[in-house]
Formats: sequence, C-alpha cells, structure tokens
Amino acid sequence: MSTQTTPPPAMQKALPPGRYGFFDLVRSEWTKIRTVRSTMWTIGVTIVLGIGIGALVCALTRSHWSSQNIGQRVSFDAPATSLIGLLFAQFAIGILGVLVISAEYSTGTIRATFSAAPNRSRVFAAKIVVFGVLSFIVAELTSFVAFFLGQFLLSSPATHATLSSPGAFRAVFGGGLFVCILGLIGMGLGTIIRHTAGAISAFVGILLVLPIITAALPNQLSQDVRKFMPDRIGVDVLTTNGQHVGAFSPWVGLLILCVYAVVLLVIGASMLEKRDA
Amino acid sequence: MIEAKGLSKHYGAKRAVEQLSFTVRPGVVTGFLGPNGSGKSTTMRMIMGLDTPSAGDVTVKGKHFKNLQWPLREVGALLEAKAIHPGRSARAHLMMLAQTNHLSNARVDELLELVGLSAVANKRAGKFSLGMGQRLGIAAALLGDPEILLFDEPVNGLDPDGIRWVRNLLKGLAREGRTVFVSSHLMSEMALTADEVVIIGRGKLISQTSIEDLLSQSTENFVRVRSPEAAKLKAALELQGAVVAVEDDGSLSVRGANEVAIGELAAKLPVVLHELAPQSASLEEAFMELTEDSIEYHGTTTGGPINSTGAKS
Repeated sequence: MSTQTTPPPAMQKALPPGRYGFFDLVRSEWTKIRTVRSTMWTIGVTIVLGIGIGALVCALTRSHWSSQNIGQRVSFDAPATSLIGLLFAQFAIGILGVLVISAEYSTGTIRATFSAAPNRSRVFAAKIVVFGVLSFIVAELTSFVAFFLGQFLLSSPATHATLSSPGAFRAVFGGGLFVCILGLIGMGLGTIIRHTAGAISAFVGILLVLPIITAALPNQLSQDVRKFMPDRIGVDVLTTNGQHVGAFSPWVGLLILCVYAVVLLVIGASMLEKRDA
Repeated sequence: MIEAKGLSKHYGAKRAVEQLSFTVRPGVVTGFLGPNGSGKSTTMRMIMGLDTPSAGDVTVKGKHFKNLQWPLREVGALLEAKAIHPGRSARAHLMMLAQTNHLSNARVDELLELVGLSAVANKRAGKFSLGMGQRLGIAAALLGDPEILLFDEPVNGLDPDGIRWVRNLLKGLAREGRTVFVSSHLMSEMALTADEVVIIGRGKLISQTSIEDLLSQSTENFVRVRSPEAAKLKAALELQGAVVAVEDDGSLSVRGANEVAIGELAAKLPVVLHELAPQSASLEEAFMELTEDSIEYHGTTTGGPINSTGAKS
C-alpha cells in the first residue's frame, strides 16, 4: 500500500569555486584562541610572572647590594637576573600550549572542527601558526619588558646592563624564543596525550623531574645527558657570564629545542590523522 | 545522497557496526532507528569522517567526506549536544566554524535568530541547558546551508515546543530537496517525522523501508471481529488459511485475511458481524518486533549479514 508522494527534486546547490583554504583555518583558530577566557588568563599569567618575578628580584638585589661581598658583585649576572621570571613563564606558556589542543578534545569541540574542516593536518598547521605567532609575541614582549624594567630597577650602585652589553641581546631575544618553543613543546605533548592533566604532567615532568633523574647518573654520563635537557638549555640561554661545563652554545641549544618541538608536533600530527576524533 | 556499503567498525572484539549498507536519498526525512548502543552514533561519525571504518565504505554525494571542497556548506551535522567549549559563547562557537568555510558573521547572526538564541548569543555556552545546547548544535549544522544534514538525537532535552519546532524544521528541510538523516531511539517521534527508516540493532541492518511499509508488514496487524456466530466464522476463516485467535472477551483476532476478505466471507456464509475493525501496530510495536528478531537471530548464529524479516526485497 504505497501511497507515497514523489519526493521533491534533490537540491542542487551552487558552491563557490575552489575549496576551504588555509587562511580561513587560521582565522578560525585565532577566533578559537581569543574567545576563551582560560587562554587569556594564561597569557596574562605568563606576562605577569615573566616580568614581575624578575622585577622583584632586581629591586631586592639593588636594596641589598651593599651587603653583597666582592665576589658576589663581580659574578652578578644583571641580564639573567632580570629574566629569571621566564623560568616561571615557561610553565604558563607550556600549559597554554597543552590547552589549545587538549581542551578541544575534552569539550568535544574537535569533532565540530573536523566536521567543518576535515583536513586535519591543515587544521593542525593553522593551529600551530596561530599559537606559534601568539606565543612568540607574548614571550618576546615579556622578555624585553622584563629586561628593561629589571635593568631600570637595578641601576646604580648595582651592576646593570644594556642591550649592547655582552650577551645581553642574545639572553633577552633567546629567552623569548626559549619560552615560545616550550609553548610549542607543550602543544606537541597535548596533541599526543590529548588529556589536559596528563599532558601538563608530562610537560612539568620533563622540566622538573627529568633533571633530578639525570643528576643521579654517573658523573660523565650525567653531564652528557644533562646538556640535552630543556631546562639546562634554557638557563644557558639566559646566562651571560659563564655557561655550564660542556653546555651547548645558546643558539645550538635553541636549535635542539626546536628539533624537540618539531618531532613532537610531527608525531602529534600523524596521530591526529590516524586516531578517531 | 548518503551511501553506506558494508560499513563496519570494530573496537577490539566488540563489533559496534557490522556490514551496514543503506542509502539515504534527498527529498525525504530518513529516520535512523535503533536501541541505545546499537551503533547509530558510530555510523554517523563514520559518515562525517571522524571515525575510520574498520571495513566497508561510506560516501556523501559520491565522495568521501574528507574530500569535499566546502564540507560545512555541503554537509551539516549535529552529532552530540553541547560539544562546545563551556567558556566560549554561542556566537564565538558558530563564528569559528563559519570562518573555516569562509562564511560571514552575518550568517552566524542569522542562524542564532533562526534557532532562537539571539538573546543569549554572547553568554558562555557552559551555562546553557541541554535544550539550548541542542539549538546551538542545530544552528551549527545549518550554518553552511548544506544539501545534506545529519542529526543525532536532535530532540533530546527539548521541551514539547522545541520538539515540534525540530519536527517541522526537518520536514521543511526535506521538502527543499535536502537529504535529511536523523537518528532516534524514539519510534513515536520518527512516526511523526520520518518518511523512510533505516533500522539497526546491534550494529547490523535490520531493515530499510518506508514508515508505511514497516507498519503494514508487521504481524501485529490484525482484524478484530465480533460475531454471535464466532465459531462458525472461525472455522471458515481457517479453511481459507487465516490464523484466528479467540480473545478472552469472545472477539476474534484474525491474521492473514484483511477486513475486505472477512466481510465478503461473512456475507457468503452468511454470518452476522457486530464488529469488523482492522488494527494496525504502532511503529513502536513494529520496531520492537523487528529488533527482537534480530536479537534472537544473534543468539543462534555467528556473524553474516542479516536477511531481516521486515526488509523489502
């Protein structure tokens, strides 16, 4: 008893030429990052900690300068002291790196995203560009402001530096790069692990626990392994008056960090392609 | 047009979807029916390219979803309620989706208006009720004005007003010539909305049929007959091959002969009739009957495609 009426003709929709492009995805990723309060908070924390802690230490150093002995005064590293806050900022930016991808999984947004733009590698590339540029700007801004503010607070009688002081520019610019690359490492971990808490634990573990473990190794081995650790590379980038024994030069160190970030992001991208969203 | 061929998804030993083949055509609302956990959502995720099939294939407009040029403008999907960052506003959520396919922010506001969320567009989605989340999900699905639409349990959490709104929306979309595929475990809802149904149980296809055929094929269809000479009529009907049961109140339930045949037979005998009433099964009953069969079938065999009791040949 088929009394069905014939269905209406299939809709034929005219589509614009071409296909969805990379720039569309970049815009979308930028919208995502700026419309969530937690990212804005994390960026705020990165900047405040990065600048504030260095400024505090610099102000205290100046007020206690007279009580420092000659040796302490001579070995005082003015640029590194003003940038000490970057060692805190690295955690904030790493957590942001984790969140930009893990929050998509925990909230289910990733499925809405891939339903609108199924080319996952391209979406991921757009995400890396947006987060990479944002974290580069935030990290360099933090680093430069921390340096100038710190040097201003030190002033005489304490030793202070300018950007043209030996190693100072490298410490400031390199310090910003260091923080930015750690953000990308966080993003790589977030993509591979997908769970916020797990990825943050891994990130913190690499920076804080791995050094403790490697320190327990026999001396020579420990030194050989230690120099590859991100935290050690970071400290050597910031230091202007004598690196650790056997350390990589700051630029080589940063290059090694870049390799870590690239490897983690490439592994993350391939897992993103293969796994069910 | 959505076409699935031998579509399967296995999670370890668990076979969530097994050898599923069906076609969803444009211009009608096609219901996707099955009990909870029967593989509806998994199937929808495979259509959208979110999950990779373990075997088989599924295409939209003859292509894999991943190869569409403008995915959001070609296929819209509501896959789960509240798959939204709780800290993001409804407008921002739609904006970030619109931008991926080069759609304007004006289109976002249009959709917010359509689903009735304009007033809360800038509120954080975490504060939304389930029903508001559904409306936002529907807005996301319609954002690109797509020819093909998938809705996974769209009326969940909606109030009666909202349910009627969705029902009319789905029908309207189909009338415009779109392909509308909507899953539900509520048979009564599908009876009011869908023209065709794809029924699955335990990941396997039980039947693809029109709602009307589904109802007419059900063995729950029978004719109730009352007569002072019931025994005589029963004997005559049984001679003609009908199955007749005598109910507690003395009425006869006749299967295998329709009201026309019974009426004519009664006139010929002749036997006085007090009632001659065809009874049709509800979709709910028809569905229960079908899925029961599938479960029994599962219990006695190992794998292989189901040739279901209710399928049209």
